[in-house]
Amino acid sequence: MRDSEHLNATFAALADQTRRAILARLARGEASVTELAKPFAISQPAISKHLRVLERAGLISRRRDAQRRPCRIEAKRLAEATGWLEGYRQFWEGSFQRLDALLDEMQTQKKHARMKRGGHR
Amino acid sequence: MKNTETLEVTTPTDREIVLTRVFDAPRRLVFDAWTKPELLKRWLGAFGGWSLVVCEIDLRVGGAYRYVWRDPEGAEMGMRGVYREVVPPERLVATESFDEPWYPGEAVDTIALREDGGKTTVTTTVLYQSREARDIALKSGMEQGVAAGYDKLAELLASGMAQGDSESGA
Repeated sequence: MRDSEHLNATFAALADQTRRAILARLARGEASVTELAKPFAISQPAISKHLRVLERAGLISRRRDAQRRPCRIEAKRLAEATGWLEGYRQFWEGSFQRLDALLDEMQTQKKHARMKRGGHR
Repeated sequence: MKNTETLEVTTPTDREIVLTRVFDAPRRLVFDAWTKPELLKRWLGAFGGWSLVVCEIDLRVGGAYRYVWRDPEGAEMGMRGVYREVVPPERLVATESFDEPWYPGEAVDTIALREDGGKTTVTTTVLYQSREARDIALKSGMEQGVAAGYDKLAELLASGMAQGDSESGA
């Protein structure tokens, strides 16, 4: 897969709440399908389906360990995807925090101007 | 009263980046802050040493805008574009292109403002000419952003990083 195809598979895989929760669990350490299915109100086959999506996106890998096949998180791919989003996000988060302060100031000024004119609302 | 709302960044299609953010102010004010040069200079990219030193806006369909940022060492970054739709205080559509292009082609920004109970939700959609251009734009800040360790990742994931489950193209 080319870089951008990889990234799209990764974003598509991350755009699901259950899959994100699975990754959050795996960030704490390896787990089997049974262990992963426990906290969710969905069947083991449904979890397996999510795991296949994550595996195809390169976000997790599964080890052959007798019948257990534990899943582990692939930090590199995940760091790549979140890193891409993070850099972009930082520019806007930085700007928007400044905008919050500016809007606050604009609203305070408006209130004061109204008070000076003796208006109520 | 100061509460920082969370910014959502999603990629619903191959060519788009969508930013969603709530502001604790009526949309008339938010629209002003987005379209009046003296106000824009106060916030857009104005942090971490950068300041928006040139900000010219001809707010009408077919009108142009021009932004130039400068850092303390004198490095400059400029961008320009043309307005395609101007509907105060709810919608703005404009092209964007950088003086030194860092992604191929021109992008189109759509800014939609929705007010509810005195708060304004701003949705910014940036549509790139190709998926490659979109991915390059996303990658741009990677160097600063990628210092995230496992904990940070787990935190991001647990807080629902890329939301918008239903519409994201699978």
